[in-house]
Amino acid sequence: MLHSLTISQLAAKLASREVTSREATQACLDRIAAVDGRIQAFTSYNAADALAQADAADAKIKAGASHAQFPLLGVPIAIKDVLNVKGHPLNCSSKILGDFISPYDATVIEKLKASGAIIFGRLNMDEFAMGSSTENSAFQTTKNPWDISRIPGGSSGGSAAAVAADEAFATLGSDTGGSIRQPAALCGCVGLKPTYGRVSRYGLVAFASSLDQVGPFTKDVRDAATMLNVISGRDPRDSSSVSEPVPDYTAALGSSIKGLKIGLPKEYMVGGLDPEVKASVDAAVKKLTELGAEVVEISLPHTDYAVAVYYIIATAEASSNLARFDGIRYGKRVDGDSPEKLYGNTRGQGFGPEVKRRIILGTYVLSSGYYDAFYLRAQKVRTLIRNDFLKAFETVDAIVTPTTPTAAFKIGEKADDPLQMYLSDIFTISCNLAGIPGLSLPCGFTKSPKLPIGLQLLGKPFAEETILKIAHAYEQATDWHTQRPGL
Amino acid sequence: MSDFDVKYVANLARLSLTEAEEQKLGSQLNSILGYIEKLKEVDVSNVEPTAHAFPIVNVWRADEIKPGLTNEEALQNAPSKANGLFVVPKIVE
Repeated sequence: MLHSLTISQLAAKLASREVTSREATQACLDRIAAVDGRIQAFTSYNAADALAQADAADAKIKAGASHAQFPLLGVPIAIKDVLNVKGHPLNCSSKILGDFISPYDATVIEKLKASGAIIFGRLNMDEFAMGSSTENSAFQTTKNPWDISRIPGGSSGGSAAAVAADEAFATLGSDTGGSIRQPAALCGCVGLKPTYGRVSRYGLVAFASSLDQVGPFTKDVRDAATMLNVISGRDPRDSSSVSEPVPDYTAALGSSIKGLKIGLPKEYMVGGLDPEVKASVDAAVKKLTELGAEVVEISLPHTDYAVAVYYIIATAEASSNLARFDGIRYGKRVDGDSPEKLYGNTRGQGFGPEVKRRIILGTYVLSSGYYDAFYLRAQKVRTLIRNDFLKAFETVDAIVTPTTPTAAFKIGEKADDPLQMYLSDIFTISCNLAGIPGLSLPCGFTKSPKLPIGLQLLGKPFAEETILKIAHAYEQATDWHTQRPGL
Repeated sequence: MSDFDVKYVANLARLSLTEAEEQKLGSQLNSILGYIEKLKEVDVSNVEPTAHAFPIVNVWRADEIKPGLTNEEALQNAPSKANGLFVVPKIVE
């Protein structure tokens, strides 16, 4: 089936003229028509625009353009509703943006287009990327393709579900505290959060600027490397992006992991970890050992404070970033008899409950009298968390953990308990606080119901090559990534 | 943790809340604040705060004119506009 191919398989068929980009794009559109009524990964898409881009790609292929030159030529890729795509709607799954149409392309979109990709569709998410289940979307709750009574994870739940359900060959998401890796784990695909500064955020609607990164969802590790090749690099329009050289991330795939030292943090293998998740991670560790890696126990002693630090820093930054949604320059406006009333009414009616909760918390921890006790203290504990990782990386090349403490939970199960929802990100948050790269890939399934389990690999800053190499070696030795939900 | 003054903070954040929202947020935020209190256990004396994961020094660039949004593009999503400008409520009497 055309829609179930990986990027590398599709690119080979496009290059050999066995299939056209129009056929591949139509296959995605047909798949969406067949399954998205149940999955609800997409909030909108424009079929005519996608097919027109596909025809242009086919003309280029006919004229002799190669995939060596344009690695994603003719490949349909769908986008989380938090990245600007010129001429497409942008809502961040919120009501406050009204009928906003992006006037420009995010840098990552420019790069995907320059590499030949077909950019189509808007993918559902938790409003402004705040959440772990997509239940905070103002539009719809995306369903987990493995069990539609369960959440797909979040905040990039639409991006993960679309790949798992073969509705797109790859997607982009954003990750502030696990929003790529957690849904990738729960939907059974590969999700990569690059090192802070690796990928430009220009055109990404900001949530927490010291934590946010853009990254890909793919069907296998090779595709993640291909996507990272395209989107990485310094961008003068994002001064937090760095000029660190961009290697060919696919080059190291396939080489041996013999002799690599991988750390298993003891703090991640306790309390609240589901026995089936633990068994799968233990088995994956054993497999990595068989492949020649040396797995050693390490300690990240400040792990227990990560969620608290995160919910201070992320909400503080969000309260500042979301001040721009005031009803003046774009989106919804609700009038009031003074400017203050207009702002208050617009924001009060435009934002959903979780966004309000976080703006209030973030405003509070930054407010006079509480700044030192909360915000400054959180920034200091962040230093300790980061130091834990830097110290661990003096002795190990990478770190392996479960991505999530449990498999996908039921829709509604945690919706009324924000703290329990926050604690579901316990294994993914530290990575953003430390600014290091993290990847989740499938490492097994629960028995009944059959739900995906994710393995998380964490690397040194800018060492995406190492975690991709380890992930690829593991993937080659297992077949979890080839299994698909019965839709 | 004393009762959290939602009304005061909501006003700082320019968020109009209904009374029901104020009550619900108040109790939820009290439990979240109770949880983040655990940071008080950590000894942070002599620890420098981290604002960014990597030390970012000033980033300079040449002051050159580059293409940007046109007036029309900048206004295309405005809730209210006239004569190439955003229309805002009267601020000064």
